Amino acid sequence: MPIHEESLIRPENLRKHEELNIDNVDVSGHWSTFIETRSVADYNENLEREISAFPGGAYIHRCWQCGACTNSCTVNAINPDFNPRYWIYLARLGMEQELLRDKEIIWQCVSCHRCTHVCPRDVEPEGVMKALSHWLEAKGHTPKSQSQHFDEEFYQQILETGKIEEGRIVRNFFNRTGQPLKQPWLIRMVKNLIRGLPIMLMFKMGLSTLFRPKTKDWSKSKHSIEELIEMRELERKKILEGNEAS
Amino acid sequence: MNDRTMRDDLQTVAYYPGCALEGTGHAYNRSTKRIAKKLGLNLVEIDNWNCCGAMEVKNIDPEVQNYLSVRNMAIAKHKMGMDVVMAPCNGCYHNLKKAEHDVTHKEETRKTLKKMADKTGQPEYKPGDVETIHALDWIKYAIGEENLARRVKHSLSGLKIANYYGCMYTRPRHIFPEKDQGEGSESTSKPHFMDDLLRAAGAEVVEFPLKTACCGGAHTLSDCDTSTRLVLNILQAAEACSADVIATECPTCHSGLEMHQIRAEETLGVKTQPVMLYFTQLLGLALGISPRQLGIHENISQSLGLLRQKGLV
Ligand code: SF4
Ligand code: SF4
Repeated sequence: MPIHEESLIRPENLRKHEELNIDNVDVSGHWSTFIETRSVADYNENLEREISAFPGGAYIHRCWQCGACTNSCTVNAINPDFNPRYWIYLARLGMEQELLRDKEIIWQCVSCHRCTHVCPRDVEPEGVMKALSHWLEAKGHTPKSQSQHFDEEFYQQILETGKIEEGRIVRNFFNRTGQPLKQPWLIRMVKNLIRGLPIMLMFKMGLSTLFRPKTKDWSKSKHSIEELIEMRELERKKILEGNEAS
Repeated sequence: MNDRTMRDDLQTVAYYPGCALEGTGHAYNRSTKRIAKKLGLNLVEIDNWNCCGAMEVKNIDPEVQNYLSVRNMAIAKHKMGMDVVMAPCNGCYHNLKKAEHDVTHKEETRKTLKKMADKTGQPEYKPGDVETIHALDWIKYAIGEENLARRVKHSLSGLKIANYYGCMYTRPRHIFPEKDQGEGSESTSKPHFMDDLLRAAGAEVVEFPLKTACCGGAHTLSDCDTSTRLVLNILQAAEACSADVIATECPTCHSGLEMHQIRAEETLGVKTQPVMLYFTQLLGLALGISPRQLGIHENISQSLGLLRQKGLV
């Protein structure tokens, strides 16, 4: 059969022949492209359950594959390989290896909520994207993404003080990810900023990096947040390990 | 039609500035408070508030994010006796709305949050204890266009404005049950509250197709190239509509646009004209407040030249 939608097929599964003669019939040229047949055997039957255990993934089972999420997606408009509907499909089928082909881009979801806005089944696909990228990291498929570093830095500060201080977030984030702070565009931005700031405000902002903004009596909140997170991590560990044992 | 939407219970509201308004968005904080004073509206800051978790904490755990939101809402209700919480930051506003939605519709959320409240000795937040509104709702319903137009000292006429609302103010629709309710309500597909207010202040509001496009704010530092690309889209679309100004109502969007406008110029060599101003700064100018008091010097985007040229300063 001629293949008109080659873009939908993985290139390595396409077989092309310059000249091909089958049973004395010349099928060279357009007619000589074939898709390699294959059968998938390496299912991870637990995949959907694993992913639903990560923050944001709870409703993945509701998806009925309408495609509205991908259709509306901000990142898909820039990069057609970014395809939430397809990833949800693979996760539900247990096709882990197939999913791993896109492991480098899944974290790039910008949380614009277009997908969750239009999803007719309340899957909250935006959350599923976050769950997928955390799952990739937890299973050792990818290192922590930049975005995950950012989330963790943010969470740590809130956990400690109840508030964040943006300057500290930026500095620590650049440190964690090993990026230089002296990039030309950053320098120009800071210059623009300083030019306009009244001295008193600069002084106040300087102080806030010394005396971090804090929510008073935060320790009980800190405790109960930590407790919840620990419990969740344990649950997740069990689900992931349960799978590895079987 | 204006009077139909006016409310008289917004003279005094609980004010939740959030972390960004104490940092990069301080000009938004300052201008919001300044126009409140000018309009005779009372903002009472939530006592000992905490961060709402922005766009990050939900990725660690959604219920922790809900906990952060309801702690603030419970303080407003049970310690301060307030019925309405006003949040000018889209992120804060979104998270409070999301928490309200989850405690209303998810049994599991209610249970988890009750447990956490008990452990920390805080009052439990119940669905409907407070109503969360955005700074746009606040001016729209407490003052209204007609009233606002009457108070204008320096009309913004001659200023072409593209109104940019971003993602978190309208999406996902199910956490904003009051939107899309016909005349007088806000629309999630074509939001217009900022358009209405700035038009009342005399501005020429342009038809802007990217009102709710994403600026990549969640990855503004962690995926700079994507953010620059998304911001450049917005800036160029505004330019194509011949807008002088992009009006904003969110500190993350605002600084995202400012930062990546510079980054697009530095890394891609693409220069764009529009300047960014918070809608509260624009309303403040119209009400006759000085640029300094509105923190216009503090914006990274340099708009004073344009404002001078238009005779607004
Ligand atoms: S919009 Fe919802 S139901 Fe449709 S494919 Fe995406 S996740 Fe599935
Ligand atoms: S939230 Fe993420 S997946 Fe959903 S539309 Fe936006 S970028 Fe795409």
